[in-house]
Amino acid sequence: MNRLADLSLRWKIPLRVVGAVLGTAIAVTVALVARDYEIVRQNLEGHARSMGRVLAHTLVMPVLHDDIWRAYEILQSAHEPNPAAPELQAQVVLVTDADYRVFVSTRPRTFPIGSSAATPGGAYGLLRAELSHGAPEDQRLLEPADSPLFFVMTPLISDGVALGHVILAYAKPALLPRVAGLVGRAGGVTVLVLILLLPVSWAWAQRTARPLLRLAEAMKQLPLEVEAARLADLPESRDEIGQLGAAFRRMVAEMRVKQEMERQMLSSERLAAIGRLTAGIAHEINNPLTGMLTALNTLQRHGGDAERTERTLSLLQRGLSQIRNTVCALLVEAKIADRDFAPEDVDDLLILVEAEAHARAVRVVVDGRIAAPVPLPATLLRQIVLNLLLNAVTAAEAGGMVRLDVRTAGRALAVAVFNDGAHIGQDEMPYLFEPFSSGRESGHGLGLWIVYQITRQLGGEIHVESAPGSTTFSIEIPYGNS
Amino acid sequence: MPIRIGLTPVFLDDQMRFVGQWRQWLERKLGRAVVFVQRGSYREIVDLVRAHKLDFAWVCGYPFVRYQNEMTLVAVPLWRGQPSYQSYIIVPADDTRSTALSELRGKVFAYSDPDSNSGYLYPRYVLTTQGEAPDNFFARSFFTWAHRKVVEAVGVALADGGAVDGYVWETLAESHPDLTRATRIIDRSPPLGYPPFVARADIPADELNRFRTVLLEMADDPGGLELLRRLRLDGFTVGAPTLYDEIADMAARVSHP
Repeated sequence: MNRLADLSLRWKIPLRVVGAVLGTAIAVTVALVARDYEIVRQNLEGHARSMGRVLAHTLVMPVLHDDIWRAYEILQSAHEPNPAAPELQAQVVLVTDADYRVFVSTRPRTFPIGSSAATPGGAYGLLRAELSHGAPEDQRLLEPADSPLFFVMTPLISDGVALGHVILAYAKPALLPRVAGLVGRAGGVTVLVLILLLPVSWAWAQRTARPLLRLAEAMKQLPLEVEAARLADLPESRDEIGQLGAAFRRMVAEMRVKQEMERQMLSSERLAAIGRLTAGIAHEINNPLTGMLTALNTLQRHGGDAERTERTLSLLQRGLSQIRNTVCALLVEAKIADRDFAPEDVDDLLILVEAEAHARAVRVVVDGRIAAPVPLPATLLRQIVLNLLLNAVTAAEAGGMVRLDVRTAGRALAVAVFNDGAHIGQDEMPYLFEPFSSGRESGHGLGLWIVYQITRQLGGEIHVESAPGSTTFSIEIPYGNS
Repeated sequence: MPIRIGLTPVFLDDQMRFVGQWRQWLERKLGRAVVFVQRGSYREIVDLVRAHKLDFAWVCGYPFVRYQNEMTLVAVPLWRGQPSYQSYIIVPADDTRSTALSELRGKVFAYSDPDSNSGYLYPRYVLTTQGEAPDNFFARSFFTWAHRKVVEAVGVALADGGAVDGYVWETLAESHPDLTRATRIIDRSPPLGYPPFVARADIPADELNRFRTVLLEMADDPGGLELLRRLRLDGFTVGAPTLYDEIADMAARVSHP
């Protein structure tokens, strides 16, 4: 059943046409056979009854006069074959006397004159029993179930006295040859109709199935090849198939818009993040620069002993180092070319969030580090971790704490970011990773959505545990599989 | 006045075309119109002759001997060179056991005609000589009113036995062998006088002689010979009433057993 349901439409439609034609042919044939059989039966019965009456009438005198030969000749003429309707020829014509003894018959060898007509047995035995029932002047039609014959028994009556019976035995009309004949003819017509209809239904099936097949083919390309699906040659009509094609085109167009939007969001978020970083970094660079300029100014104005000069140079060195580190981190962040995520990336990230953390007096503590690079794209991971860290810093209470744990676990990289302070409510949880779900005034609500997207893209998983004063985002990303 | 000639089933009188040709030939020879009269039984023809309503008739030897005073012998056909024939007792061919009429006790028997010598008198005579009562010997008997039909009745086993004109049986054996093949002869009578042509008792002498001459000379005429050939006869002879003495004896024996 399933295999039939799985068949392509281009086969199903011709098969259904064949089925419909065959079904019709069978139904019509059965009806014709039934009708034909009924007509033949009625004809035969009517013929047998009238033949019985005529014979009974004609045979009264020969039977009264004991004229066996005349009776036999009458039976013979009634028994003559009729080539046009062979079924109308009685198989046996039997004349019995009042004691059911054979007076004469068309088969003297089976029914010798004077013997009991029941002697041949079978149905002929039953007939005698039948004679004792019913009115003696009735013509009776008997159809013994186990006999291939049916009988018409007509009483021979002279002046109200029953002299005997005329018994006509006919073959029950054979159903099989009729069925065979009709089935043969119906089969011929059916084959003819099929020969005419099959090419038509084949072409029809192709016509009907083609747009659906194209649609199915286009759907297979989703969601990866939206562009190819969009360009697919889809049916253009106003029927259901055409409406389906139009709906499909609309859907593909919307998907395409959505994909484009996502792409733009990712890139704009990236730009936004860089903007935020830049502001922080400018501040970060500005801070030591202010200190260094003040120190240089002091040195210039007051001149310097060796100790003061030494102190100023040292301050300059530290300040410049900090600026260099900050710029380095920024340079890496801006780099597009990808490389493996390395232990240094964690340092860079700490530097990048340092300004924000410092501004909020939040302490960032590193609980775990990786010892060697892991084969995961550094740019994407940096984006994930940076987002999580910035979120954590924002959420942590003033003077609070953010913890970062980066470690390898088996063939996966596990990152956990903890913060105290504000937690995520149960009502927010289900929508946490949806874009623009954030209720906050600041930010655009895309941070966690991007984290989620990238994590899924890398085949990883993300979990959130949040209770008052404790929120942890855990990410696990497998690597080295491909 | 046409000459009225009665025909009986002593020959195959159901061949209408032959009868028509024979009538035309006789008309030509006699120079007079001829009417053939056929009836369902011997008795009707014989009665017509006795009532002087037929001029001539082809009848059986048995009614001839019974009513010899009321009819005149005209001529006797020659079959196989003799003015005589036999009666055959036949049984169905698939009855391979019966060898004599006496074995058919209690069976169904077919006679041809109660006024037939070969188809009635002979078997009753045989039974009588054997001390049997012909009326009770068979369980059932019936008349077919023609020799040919006796052959048919026995052939389909409607009757277990039958008595038939040997001449008819032999003729049928040539023309309809399928009929005779279904029967088997178990007894043949001695030669008996062939069914004769007779005339009513008061036939004028010249008419009698004229008709007799035509019959006697039939074999000398090409047309007549052809007709005789169709009848499987050789010709006619004058014949003497004594030819039928044997039949008269049998009839006497049967009526006074």
